Amino acid sequence: MITINVNGTPHQVEAEDGMPLLWVIRDVLNMTGTKYGCGVGSCGACTVLIDGAATRSCSFPAALAAGKNITTIEGLKTGDTLHKVQQAWIEAQAPQCGFCQSGQIMAAVALLKEKPQPTDAEIDAAMTNICRCGAYSQIRAAIHAAAKV
Amino acid sequence: MVSRRLVIFGGVAAAGGLAVGYALMPYSTLDRAKGMIAKEGATPLSAWVRIGTDNSVTVIVPHSEMGQGVHTSMPMMLAEELDADWSLVRMEQAPADMAFANRALAREYLRGDMSIPSWMSGVAEFGARKVAESMNLQITGGSTAVRFTGVRGMRMAGAAARWMLIKAAAAKWGVPESEIVAKQSKLSHASGKSATYGEMAAAAAAYDPPVDVPLKAKKDYTIVGQPIARFDIPGKVDGSAKYGIDVRLPNMSYAVIAASPVFGGTLKSVDEKPATAMKGVKKVVKLPAAVAVVADNTWRAKEALAALQPQWDEGQNANVTQATIFAGKEAALAKGGLTEDHASGNVDEALKGAKSVIEATYKVPFLAHAAMEVMNCTAHFEGDKLTIWGGFQDGLGAKARAAKAAGIPIDNVTLNHTAMGGGFGRRGGTLDYLDKAVAIARQVEGPVQVVFTREEDMTQDFYRHASLAKMRAAMDDKGKVTAWLHTFTEKHDPPEAIRVNYDFANQAARYASDTNPIPWGPWRSVDHTQQGFFIETFMDELAAAAGKDPFEFRRAHLEGAPRHKAVLELAAEMANWSVAPEAGRARGIAIRDAFGTIVAQVAEVSIGADGRARVHKVWSAVDPGEVINPATFTAQIQGGAIYGLTAALYGEISIDKGRVVQQNFPDYEMVRMAEAPVHEVRFIESGARTGGAGEPGTAPIAAAVGNAIFALTKKRIRELPFMKTTLTASTATGAANG
Ligand code: FES
Ligand code: FES
Repeated sequence: MITINVNGTPHQVEAEDGMPLLWVIRDVLNMTGTKYGCGVGSCGACTVLIDGAATRSCSFPAALAAGKNITTIEGLKTGDTLHKVQQAWIEAQAPQCGFCQSGQIMAAVALLKEKPQPTDAEIDAAMTNICRCGAYSQIRAAIHAAAKV
Repeated sequence: MVSRRLVIFGGVAAAGGLAVGYALMPYSTLDRAKGMIAKEGATPLSAWVRIGTDNSVTVIVPHSEMGQGVHTSMPMMLAEELDADWSLVRMEQAPADMAFANRALAREYLRGDMSIPSWMSGVAEFGARKVAESMNLQITGGSTAVRFTGVRGMRMAGAAARWMLIKAAAAKWGVPESEIVAKQSKLSHASGKSATYGEMAAAAAAYDPPVDVPLKAKKDYTIVGQPIARFDIPGKVDGSAKYGIDVRLPNMSYAVIAASPVFGGTLKSVDEKPATAMKGVKKVVKLPAAVAVVADNTWRAKEALAALQPQWDEGQNANVTQATIFAGKEAALAKGGLTEDHASGNVDEALKGAKSVIEATYKVPFLAHAAMEVMNCTAHFEGDKLTIWGGFQDGLGAKARAAKAAGIPIDNVTLNHTAMGGGFGRRGGTLDYLDKAVAIARQVEGPVQVVFTREEDMTQDFYRHASLAKMRAAMDDKGKVTAWLHTFTEKHDPPEAIRVNYDFANQAARYASDTNPIPWGPWRSVDHTQQGFFIETFMDELAAAAGKDPFEFRRAHLEGAPRHKAVLELAAEMANWSVAPEAGRARGIAIRDAFGTIVAQVAEVSIGADGRARVHKVWSAVDPGEVINPATFTAQIQGGAIYGLTAALYGEISIDKGRVVQQNFPDYEMVRMAEAPVHEVRFIESGARTGGAGEPGTAPIAAAVGNAIFALTKKRIRELPFMKTTLTASTATGAANG
């Protein structure tokens, strides 16, 4: 049994050695906003924040997350108020199929914390998540818009 | 003109108010549909609106949302004709029910306005191609939704409901119908009388709508043509949207599956013990050509599956390689006796008599769909009743397929739609994942979610086929094409993908089918993906041979196609074609007419230090006839271009020993943010029949990029993906147009 803190709530979960955090979040805690896309750290669909840092949870053992603060897409809102990045995503109408967007948003939140006014080059460097629908223009626009808030 | 065979009808909605549907349907189905109007939660018509006594407007859409915005654009079309207050409009996805079969699509087929692609025949189980009475379709694909259901269904239903409301108001107020104003979900009369649609809904339900309802003129539109926010987006930014893989049910198990890695192979045997000994594992399920592990979570199922060493009977395809497949294509083309796709003039004569003939051979590989959400399906048997959860481009087809797989009547199947993490054709007629889920669920207590790992998704796809084309052409001394002969392997859909819109006096397209065991499936824009590359690259080669500017050369051959010419000219204007780009860059141009939408694209590229092409900018000029929602349409064109660009730059599925080599994204690379071009899109609303949005953007991009690479490097790459060829910018030429 390990204790992981997800969106401010501690959960006692059973996770054998090597079980990635992604599957604890999705299949044990049934929080399905965090997505599986590749399982090998390549696509970013599974991105969550661990102590504020964007982390690909498919490649991060749950055991190592014990005692750390994990934020998933479900934890970005404050009460009913969307995070400014989520709001910007709606205004830019960024999602198409939407499947990659939890991961994109988490990556963008981490980026904006680090670099509140990112340049296009900084966005290119930080936003390496795959969007198979190709919504990159709208995602970029949403990040710039959120930076202005 | 509206056909008399169309049926519009209305009645009292379940919770009171007015319900109006519109369909092309036999009267037998109509009765059934009518009987269901008043049932809570079941409103089964192919295009449908419910006006509640609370003045809400609910539009029921028979298509699936996969990010193309159809759940918003269809209600927009209906609300426009209804003159609804958009803030009161809601969307509901229709259940997978026979009464929702896509009759509008069937009607197009009957009119001969489109052909039903062969890939749909797999889902139209009922009487194969006899579409009229039997087509079991709710297809979202081939860009059909807005083009057919929207244009032929949604608009009519909205107009009919508005007409009934006006009738009711006129009767109630004792004034002529012509004096009633219907606007913003409100009816009013100069006398001061007014009522909301909701207040008049019950009275309106008493009227039978007319067969022909007049539709609005475009100049009066207030909703259609606006960049209206999509209904599905809020749920996609807070994690609440539920995709197939997100289904969570009490007592649910998770299954991970591995099918025979060699296509056509079968399962010989498997020692189950290594898996069953593992924690959380419930069962090993053996299928004729696959093995699956059922566990209490996906991870455990995946780990336990990896511990198995299934023995496969590899069958006849174990020696198939990329080389044998292409050798087969070469042989098929060389053999002669090709099937003629179309011909005009006498191309063989014209080539024979030509002073010189230009020839080129092009090659494209297999491609996987790689939708962001891997294939998955959740199934639950309770006795002889089956419930399915998942994302399907054709819900009704999926339901029929599930019934067939389970060997039970279709009415015993309940299908629950989820959001789709991309479809691109994969979630249409190729429903192997549904069959597998049904087979596994048969052997499992309680619901089971069957998930493909990304590796399984990539190696067990239905692929855009590898294809080979040999092109021959001749020109006169003015640079006019006098003969165009296009021969190729693998023809699927749509028919227009093989056509050129250029005025070539003598032309023909001929093809051979080669037999290879790699499963085929429709892939975003289908045959346009390879044909666009073949045709528009060869066109560029001809321009170069004639010493002409590639834009001017194309334009000179579009005299008979004014829409195409206008689109081409707009793209050139947007890209500032006549002015050379900055040093080290060049531009290429290409044009395609795909799914009723004409797209011309200009791509501006440079060559990176890694020897790969880098696409900086794309300009797309688009004539889809009309634009329902410019924001979603723009996003579709841009996204379609990224999908095509990924394929052009990196996309290759290769075959060795009868199996797919590439396993996951690291070896099937994708365009990401850093490689995504700045992409400007502009529309020409020519008023022609409404064309599709989802696929046209994919069609010209490979050729536009390849033509730009040629302009920059003087190297003509005739094989995709481009990354297989290491490039160096020919600095001597510097900036150039191509
Ligand atoms: S699922 Fe974790 S990076 Fe793809
Ligand atoms: S929105 Fe579909 S993968 Fe990004």
